[in-house]
Parts: sequence; C-alpha cells; structure tokens
Amino acid sequence: MTAPTPSQTVGPFYGYALPFPGGGDVVPAGHPDAVAIHGVVRDGAGAPIPDALLEFWTGDGAPGSLRRDPTSDRLLGRDGVTLTGFGRVPTDADGSFAVRVARPERYVSVCVFARGLLHHLYTRVYLDPAAAEADFGSLPAARRATLVATAEREGVWRFDVHLQGAEETVFLEFR
Amino acid sequence: MAVADQAVADQASTDGEIAEWRLRYEKHLADGGAPSAHPDRAYAAYHSTALRHPLQPLVSVADPEALELSGPVFGVTDVVELDRDLTRQHVGEPLGERITVSGRVLDRDGRPVRGQLVEIWQANASGRYAHQRDQHPAPLDPNFSGVGRCLTDDQGAYSFTTIKPGAYPWRNHTNAWRPAHIHFSLFGEAFAQRLVTQMYFPGDPLFPYDPILQSVTDDAARARLVAAYVHELSQPEFSLGYRWDIVLDGPGATWMEEGR
Repeated sequence: MTAPTPSQTVGPFYGYALPFPGGGDVVPAGHPDAVAIHGVVRDGAGAPIPDALLEFWTGDGAPGSLRRDPTSDRLLGRDGVTLTGFGRVPTDADGSFAVRVARPERYVSVCVFARGLLHHLYTRVYLDPAAAEADFGSLPAARRATLVATAEREGVWRFDVHLQGAEETVFLEFR
Repeated sequence: MAVADQAVADQASTDGEIAEWRLRYEKHLADGGAPSAHPDRAYAAYHSTALRHPLQPLVSVADPEALELSGPVFGVTDVVELDRDLTRQHVGEPLGERITVSGRVLDRDGRPVRGQLVEIWQANASGRYAHQRDQHPAPLDPNFSGVGRCLTDDQGAYSFTTIKPGAYPWRNHTNAWRPAHIHFSLFGEAFAQRLVTQMYFPGDPLFPYDPILQSVTDDAARARLVAAYVHELSQPEFSLGYRWDIVLDGPGATWMEEGR
C-alpha cells in the first residue's frame, strides 16, 4: 500500500478555478428525465455557507462536454448534448445551490468541499425513501431522512446539507 | 466560545492548539491507534473548522456496486494544451520566479492514474489571488490568473509551468501567514478517490506557524505535502524544477487493472 497524500481544505479562493460554465447542467434543460435538486449548505449554527463547492456524480458519464471559444480557448459551457454524469456547483452568497441531473435510478452521489473543511465529505441524494432504507436500513430513521430529498413540485426536489448540528447530514466513507 | 476564541487568537494561542493536537496524535499512536494521513476535520487551530465539521461518525459503505467506485472521465474538449502553462494565458508574462511542477499521480496500490484531470490554482508572486474576496493589499498581476489544468498521461504524469506563488496573510489569528502553496484538485478512476489538497515549497520558514499544514499531525504524511526541488528538472535560463508525486486514497476502480 502506497502512503496517501493528505487532504487540505479547498480554501476560500477556488471560485475562479474550479467552477465552470454550465457546471450544474448535468443534463440539458428539457431533457425528458431531468430533475432539479436544490438546497442550502449550512454550518453547525445553522448559518448558510457561501463558500462551499458541491460535486455530483450520477454514475453514467461520457468524457468531454465543454465547448471552447475557438480564438481564446476560454470555456464557453457545455455542448448541451454530451452527458458526462458530473456536476460542479459553488454555493451562492445565501448558501444555496441547484443542479439538474437525470432522474437517478437510486441516488446521486455528492462530494462537499468548503473553506473550514479540511477533508471533503461524501453524501447521497435519494429521491425515494425506500431506496435509502434499502441501503441504510440500520441507521435511525431521522438520520436516514437527511439523505432523502423532498419533492417541491413537478421535477424539483429540495436537499439541504448540514455540516454539523441537530440536523447533521449523514456523511459516508468508502474503504 | 469558538467565536470568542477567534477574536482574541494570536500566534501563541494558535501554537498552543497546534501543540495540543500533535500530542493528541502521538498519544493515539502510543495507544496502538493506526497512523492517519488525513487531517482531523475537527482540527481546532484552523478556527474555521469549529462549525464546519460533522460530529457524527462517517457511515461506512461496503456496497461493491456503489456509484462512488466509478467516476467522471474528462476529454479533449475539457482540457487544451495551453491550460497547463499558467505563464501564457495573457498578453504579457507574469512577474515572479518561473517554475515547472511535475510528478506522477498514483493510486494507493502504486498504479499510475491515467488520463485523469488535475486542476491547480494559486496566488500570484506577490501573494494575491485573482479573486474579489482577496483584499490583501498586494498587487494583482494583469498577466497572471493562476489557474491551470491538465490530464495525466499513460504513466500518470502531469506537468505545469507557472510562477512561484507568494506567502499571504489571512485572518485565522493575528499575524497569520500562509506559506506559499499551490492548490491541487485530482480525480482518480473512482469518485471515492477524489482529492483536493495543497502543495508546499521546501524549506519555507512559515511551516511551523501554519495551522492548515500542521493539521496533518503525522510527520511523514505532512512531509508528503512538500515538493522537492530537483535541479535536473530546472531548465537552463528558463525555469526552476519541482517534483511532487501524489497518491490518491480511497478504493480504486478494479476493472481498470486489466483494461489500461
């Protein structure tokens, strides 16, 4: 086993480096199976976190979706066709985020980065409580509920992330 | 409590927290605990952790079908050759000491991580980020943005040309300064191998004062965050060469073993 490189915080200044145009559009608007997942990332005092970065992985991606300005090579956004399965969204000043993905078979995997977080955290968004129960049946119901999004209206789901506190999100590890 | 501490924290009180967590880790090892490469998310000397680390233990997932054992793949439209040279993104050349940083990305079994995305970002030579929230009164450099990306090659190798970033002050405590560093973001073959970290430069006198570097309480692990100056990698009359190899933690995608 080779000794791993330690994690360090993403810090406050990733904003001009990691987000990319269309980062939340894992599937294009109007995709027949599109669901929007949105919410707020909060700290242990319930305050919104304006400098978190969320990544989403739906498990079924193809490489390459980004278009470039042919003169400057500047990133223009997604091509609107290639589905990479990968989304990346920084939180706004009010801690909110939104991502559009294809309705997951079971769940969407989420990776959370933030200033003040020395090592990223994984969680999952389940739309169906039964799927969450199948995977995490041994967790207390109230804890498991933090993994389940709430339907707000047709195609729109609410999923908040609490890094700490009474409503603390269940975070996962993979060995 | 945490907020009050933050208001009065100085280097001496922060040094005390750094020493306390180092002792705590030494005791953990002495009691037979396993060595740990990664920082404890609760690490107190980095004061922003106080309300941003979970208090509940992580829930272990053993599902061999978990989505997290696969990961996104990036392609030729996502990264272009120019992206790896941070000195050629503007009309003029940036100020500072031109350097190359290169190395290999491996998984924890020592296998090269091939064709995966490496992203970097950094302050300019004066220690200023091209970011609105960085109001440190050091000059911005119109010829330096400080962002780069590349894909690893078939040996897992990456390389960037950039300038050496400057140290800069931050508000963790009074007179807190970050040692010069380059932020790295890495993808493996599995989402569970994701890594965001920071590379440091050898011999920086700020190391002992910096709670972010010191949050890695294992001495050997902390040393792995520091690049090596390698004279053979320096290019005559052009740049100074640093090497930094990266090992991704987390379970890999076993199907890649045969395929690539």
